[in-house]
Amino acid sequence: MATGIRDKVAILGMGCSKFGERWDSEADDLIVEAFQEAIGDAGIERNRIEAAWLATAIEEMHVGKSGIPLAVALRLPYIPVTRVENYCASGSEAFRGAVYAVASGACDVALALGVEKLKDTGYGGLPQRSRGVLNSMYWANLSAPGSFAQLASAYRAKHGKAKEDLKRAMAHISVKSHANGAKNPKAHLRNEVSAETVLGAPIVAEPLGLYDCCGVSDGAACAIVATPEIARGLGKRDLVAVKALQLAVSNGTEAQHASWDGSYFATTRIAAKRAYAEAGIKDPRAELGFIEVHDCFSVTELVTMEDLHISPVGHAIDDVLDGFYDADGGIPCQIDGGLKCFGHPIGASGLRMIYEIYLQLLGRAGPRQRNDAQPLGLTHNLGGFPHQNVCSIAILGRS
Amino acid sequence: METGILSFGAYIPRLRLQRKAVLEANQWLNPGLRGLASGERAIANWDEDAVTLAVEAARDCLSGFDRGAVRGLFLASTSFPFDDRQNAGIAAEALNLGGDLSALDMGGSQRAGTSGLITALQAAGSGGANLMLAAEKRRAKAASPQEMTYGDGAAALLVGGGAPVARLIGSHSETVDFVDHYRAHGSDFDYAWEERWIRDEGYLKLVPQALKALFAKTGVDPRTIAHLCLPMAMPRVSASIAKIAGIPEASLRDNLQAKCGEVGAAHPLLLLIHALEQAKPGERILIAGFGQGVDALLFEATGLLAKFAPRRGVAGSLKRRKEETNYQRYLAFNDLVAIERGLRAEVDKQTALSTLYRKRKMLLGLIGGRCTACGTLQFPKSNMCVNPNCNAVGTQEDQPFADLSGRVMSYTSDNLTYSPDPPQVYGMVQFEEGGRMMADFTDADPATVEVGMPVRMVFRIKEVDNARGFTRYFWKATPGDRGEG
Repeated sequence: MATGIRDKVAILGMGCSKFGERWDSEADDLIVEAFQEAIGDAGIERNRIEAAWLATAIEEMHVGKSGIPLAVALRLPYIPVTRVENYCASGSEAFRGAVYAVASGACDVALALGVEKLKDTGYGGLPQRSRGVLNSMYWANLSAPGSFAQLASAYRAKHGKAKEDLKRAMAHISVKSHANGAKNPKAHLRNEVSAETVLGAPIVAEPLGLYDCCGVSDGAACAIVATPEIARGLGKRDLVAVKALQLAVSNGTEAQHASWDGSYFATTRIAAKRAYAEAGIKDPRAELGFIEVHDCFSVTELVTMEDLHISPVGHAIDDVLDGFYDADGGIPCQIDGGLKCFGHPIGASGLRMIYEIYLQLLGRAGPRQRNDAQPLGLTHNLGGFPHQNVCSIAILGRS
Repeated sequence: METGILSFGAYIPRLRLQRKAVLEANQWLNPGLRGLASGERAIANWDEDAVTLAVEAARDCLSGFDRGAVRGLFLASTSFPFDDRQNAGIAAEALNLGGDLSALDMGGSQRAGTSGLITALQAAGSGGANLMLAAEKRRAKAASPQEMTYGDGAAALLVGGGAPVARLIGSHSETVDFVDHYRAHGSDFDYAWEERWIRDEGYLKLVPQALKALFAKTGVDPRTIAHLCLPMAMPRVSASIAKIAGIPEASLRDNLQAKCGEVGAAHPLLLLIHALEQAKPGERILIAGFGQGVDALLFEATGLLAKFAPRRGVAGSLKRRKEETNYQRYLAFNDLVAIERGLRAEVDKQTALSTLYRKRKMLLGLIGGRCTACGTLQFPKSNMCVNPNCNAVGTQEDQPFADLSGRVMSYTSDNLTYSPDPPQVYGMVQFEEGGRMMADFTDADPATVEVGMPVRMVFRIKEVDNARGFTRYFWKATPGDRGEG
């Protein structure tokens, strides 16, 4: 009988590069920047790392395939290095690989690193690229904002919400993330914006305007994990441990079967339930202290509040407008600025979310530190489209 | 056995370029265009070509008819997307006519439509029904008179023996190398000679001569013609032909120049279909095709025409219209201007022909699956049933989706993704009998799309691989369109 991942693995150290338009850097520069912080934080020698996972998403325009780019950048001593890719949830997959390796007892210390260098593609948003030989022949001509924008139309139809109310809540989400990002020195976008600016911005994909969409950034983030025993042996007292790690992957039901109505993420609802069970959480609204969710678009964040079983279905708009997810609210969401403002270097994003939870739990989040929150944090890292996606959820807590 | 027309259908694309807009853009260069600048002409959407137009006309024609009875498919055009890939074969796949079928492309002259119809009628004499399609997406140089007078569209006629709505009385063809205009191999545009010569030596001499021969051959009195269909765009020339041929001028039908323009090889057939929509049993319909000679065909409407199920046809197509006043957009759709399409248009669009062949029913015919274990419809067809309560393996039968009713479940209009006609509208289409797909929308007005709106699936160009000259087709949803006019 499987016992789950709870408390079997602790984070030894974490690092995160400055996110943004890093015209000064190659991917290997970003890798080293994140890794040097993590290895310093972990307080171990580099050669203690026994296995590594590298997350990158758009490898055809990036560092290329395989684990080699990580091994070369960090001169890793011929250890196992595996490249993982699961759309925008790739960073969480690298983390899962490292955590599973340690939990299995196969190794004592493992590395997870995600990196994406998107600002050499020539595109403002995500680059346009082939979707595969057959998919290209019949998939709709969709973009990321266009696929997520459809949540809004289906959500409104299902819950009978006026477009203006939905737009107001979406604007609140972006205003909040900009306010949070402004306090984060590593964030890509550090400007506050007003609701008027958000609502008046040009439309990217109806009803998403420019400020409803996250930035596309360069960056890297990194975690070094070990068993709690090794961590304590290294003198770590305030341990952040993995409480749950879940992944739910669409099997075509949403895209092809009438049982899904387009207004929510089927994967998130399933992965969240499994994660709460694994972590022993009964009432997420009462027990979670912070959440970092995949706010690729404001409307994604909105419906995710329901899919995480925190806001009642059909009532996320109320919680959002009440400020429940603001930095000083009941459960701060994207207290680091989120994908929206910290930025979204795809392969790094899942690890960047974990990095923020880790800092908050250790009281190291600087001016954005919350001291009164519950000692559990959740990350939600989504890849793909609402009708076909992968959803990774991690829960972290002090142990 | 009586041979004739068993069914008919038509399709004229919904965009109607206002000739005034063409004049306004070009009169600085050619003030003479003013004489042509009234009314409107049909222009294909960017994702339509002769093949897709023909498919849409054929669907109209075949509604209510058994597709399995079609033995031959003829497609006439002077604007085929492919020189060497059977265009009729693409249409046959899109129409799911099955492989046991003869098919032929017919081109080379504006007369291809009428010559094709004569051939299809003759071939049908040996049994079975033939589907005669004619379609054009005509290109013309900017500021040319042809740009004003040409139109895009398609006609479809199901012909054969048995119980026709119009029986063929007779036909006559004459072949003369009269070059009113031509387009050489590899040329993009037509080159035309002087209009007065075309009128006096071509239309007014060759056409009456052919009509006279037809009347002599059939023994029909020209005064008994009720509907005279002449495709010439030139004003007044048709009336002169009627007069010379002894046909009552009142029988002369509208040449549709003001409504859709002259649709090349398809035009005589469109006029025939338009006449059939209004003709009464017993009335005689005469059509002529002109181009390096003349074809003339004489039909008589039968009693069955009165009972013929109404369809979109020409009249419905003419009603389904959207005025286009943006001349620049017309230029861009027809690749008549070097336009900056942006980085997102640069993605390689190579098509794996082996994949296309393996998946041709899915991609060209919009065939999905129906699970024989639980009845769930699904697209694409797959090895394992998508119904979470079934997941049976190897149970799916072919299920055509093209004519199923669907509704918009979610949608957006996207300004980011590359489209030749932004914003790109798309969304999830839920079919009422089951099955769904995330589909591109076309002929869509973004502001009017809403959840729950009915959609109709149409066969369109998915993408064009300019680097390799390949056109990739797939099906799209037209929101708010039930197919009727």
